[in-house]
Amino acid sequence: MTALTDPPRESFRLSMLINDKRYRSLTFQAIALILLISVFAYLGSNLMANLAAAGLNISYSFLGDPAGYDINQTLIPYDSQSPHLQAAWVGILNTLLVAVLACVSATILGVFAGVLRLSNNWLVRKLMSGYVEIFRNIPVLIWILIIYGIITVSLPGARVYLGEDPQRELVLGMFAFTNRGIYVPAPIWGPGSMIVVGTFFVSIAAMFAYRSYAKKLLFNTGKLLPMGWPSLVILIVPTILVFFVMGQPITLDMPDPLANRFNLRGGIQIGAPLIALWLALSVYTGAFIAENVRAGILAVSKGQTEAAAALGLRPGRIMNLVVLPQALRVIIPPLISQYLNITKNSSLAIAVGYADITATLGGITLNQTGRAIECVLLLMLFYLVISLSISAVMNVYNNAMKLKER
Amino acid sequence: MSDTHAHSVAFVRETAIPPAPPPATEAGVIGWMRQNLFATWANALLTVVAIYFVYLLLTGTLPWILGGLWNTDSLAECREILQGKNAACFSVLTERWNQLLFGFKYPDEFYWRPGIAFILLFLAAAPVLFFDLPRKLLLFTAIYPFLAFWLIWGGTVWNPVFAALGFIAGYVVFDLYGKQNFAAGFFGGIVAAFVVWFLAGYIVPAIAPEQPVLEAVQSRDMGGFMLNMILGVVCVSLSLPLGIALALGRQSSMPLIKWICVVFIEFIRGVPLITLLFVANVVLAYFLPPGTTFDLILRVIIMITMFASAYIAEVIRGGLAALPKGQYEAADSLGLDYAQAMRLIVLPQALKISIPGIVNVSVGLFKDTTLVSIITMFDLVGMIRGPILASTEWNGVYWELFSFAAVLFFITCYGISQYSQWLERRLTTDHR
Repeated sequence: MTALTDPPRESFRLSMLINDKRYRSLTFQAIALILLISVFAYLGSNLMANLAAAGLNISYSFLGDPAGYDINQTLIPYDSQSPHLQAAWVGILNTLLVAVLACVSATILGVFAGVLRLSNNWLVRKLMSGYVEIFRNIPVLIWILIIYGIITVSLPGARVYLGEDPQRELVLGMFAFTNRGIYVPAPIWGPGSMIVVGTFFVSIAAMFAYRSYAKKLLFNTGKLLPMGWPSLVILIVPTILVFFVMGQPITLDMPDPLANRFNLRGGIQIGAPLIALWLALSVYTGAFIAENVRAGILAVSKGQTEAAAALGLRPGRIMNLVVLPQALRVIIPPLISQYLNITKNSSLAIAVGYADITATLGGITLNQTGRAIECVLLLMLFYLVISLSISAVMNVYNNAMKLKER
Repeated sequence: MSDTHAHSVAFVRETAIPPAPPPATEAGVIGWMRQNLFATWANALLTVVAIYFVYLLLTGTLPWILGGLWNTDSLAECREILQGKNAACFSVLTERWNQLLFGFKYPDEFYWRPGIAFILLFLAAAPVLFFDLPRKLLLFTAIYPFLAFWLIWGGTVWNPVFAALGFIAGYVVFDLYGKQNFAAGFFGGIVAAFVVWFLAGYIVPAIAPEQPVLEAVQSRDMGGFMLNMILGVVCVSLSLPLGIALALGRQSSMPLIKWICVVFIEFIRGVPLITLLFVANVVLAYFLPPGTTFDLILRVIIMITMFASAYIAEVIRGGLAALPKGQYEAADSLGLDYAQAMRLIVLPQALKISIPGIVNVSVGLFKDTTLVSIITMFDLVGMIRGPILASTEWNGVYWELFSFAAVLFFITCYGISQYSQWLERRLTTDHR
């Protein structure tokens, strides 16, 4: 019997760097590190040489200089003397504005189309799959340009709404559809209006409190309180009461056909570029969301619906309590990445002249100052921050919604 | 028992009654309509609304399309003939057909060259897309990139020949050494290819004839739908291997490699393509050696390829993750090394799972090639927005041009997605 001994310790040889599995990964990583460093050093030295040759340096002080250009759709005060930084802020807010608007409408459209694609009705089913296929397979840039064309080419100029005896009346007395955009009434916040707004927010909270109380009561005692109309009453009645008690502090500023001979005055003008971008992103992404919704609903097996029906649940409750919670688990992750796509696709605003961050910082500011590296870097940083924060939210959600197994 | 019973009653039927036909309302066209269009009141209402919608759609567009004019010289002439009638002026398409397809600077006596390259594309793609075809056709697929480059760009034939020679040298070296050690063969092949290309830099100018068979065309002269096709095909084919490498890198056990891949993928996926095109357009030049001029089209191809490879990497990572762990362990237990396990066991299955995703990314990428019009390249959309809509003859003809672009993209993208669905059905190996 020989005693078990340790294998003879091999001394380290150079060939082990390639042939021995223990060291090979270190070799590869060292090579990768050297390559990475040399590539960056090469690019960096080129950058330095090019900047020196052009007499430039990397500096962000240009952000403080007056921008010198006008933006016609802004959410915050801005004029041509404002610094470039302010223009960038205008752009950021405009990007977020169109992204949020498009997310909301694309979701509504997508859910609608996705549910209708599963309809029993053959014609509706075919129409909806036609919608999905047509909008998914044509570039969003073409949709943006087509919708922009519909607005600017097909709608009349503001002139037809003007004068004592206009060719066209304002729609409902408050909306004007022109080739420059849509005019809508603007709310004027009088004294005391904040109380009305505050009441509205409190009623929203109260509505949710009532619903969660009713649910708790149902689960604890089995007593069923009505949900629908009390929520509506809680939501609307107090606000209306306060509105009239305070003496109607919020009034509307209507577009006025008589104020000016050349253009509509008053109200808010929603510019044609914003509308084109908003609609195009909505219908384009809506088609993708429709597919996600359809897949999500199909992913809930039929046995679930049948089991719920066997327990005696009504169809509405089957949908709310059994199908939707399971379908949402499948729908929401791709839905959020569609929101991300909307935000990134909103950078196409530059094609129709909507002043989002790409058009202000990456467009006019870049061209005026010639600070290409700084502008593009800031632009990328902005989109990265948005994307990474949305992904972070999504990861938290996915962990919360994960099937709790073993 | 049955006998006595049979005698006690007057009549016993001994055969089954033949099944009666279903009621007229449940069969045929009427039955189908009742089930699919008018099942309930709400459903019937929906049908009526849908029919009205279709009616509006058809009455709005059909007269416009059918009454369209195809052979006038300018919008003014077209409008004069139409006299206010609502109809299309498709003559812009016939008159500017070549510009829409090839851009406005590609020499018109050479239109046959990209034409042939386009037709050959189907021949080259066929063995990749349909694997029932004889495998020998793949040889043509391998030749095609060089042939297509030579046809479209022209110039001396030695450029693509030496480019191909580099690949052949790399393959030969890989074939010699790759059997014993994958890494040695792989890196040796890359070195061999670069040696050939380096030598070609000296040889080609010396042997290039004064007058090449096919006259050279500058990159900046490419345009129209041809540019979309070039960008789409080149970037998708380049990003596929790069995406596989990135996906494997992201799964790697080596932390440094893994983090390089993660940072690259997340960075690219976090920014819109348009910012990467800005980089190609205005920033990339700063990072190249001073004095080098670099084709815009090449810079754009580099950026779009990086963009697409990050997305493809994520799709393939999904495929790798979906593979049961037993497959990896089985490969290990057979004694395969990493390269063999990946090539023979893991990747074939993972790629199969990821085909629908890869096709989705490719379709998305092909649609995104229209974005180059924003950095003043004259692709199909760029041609329409720039030279054609700005010309005096066709200023204002909007719908015809954009409908044409939409139809062209729809046909291509819908075709690709239909192919992907067919392939998915073909590749299903589970028994359902």
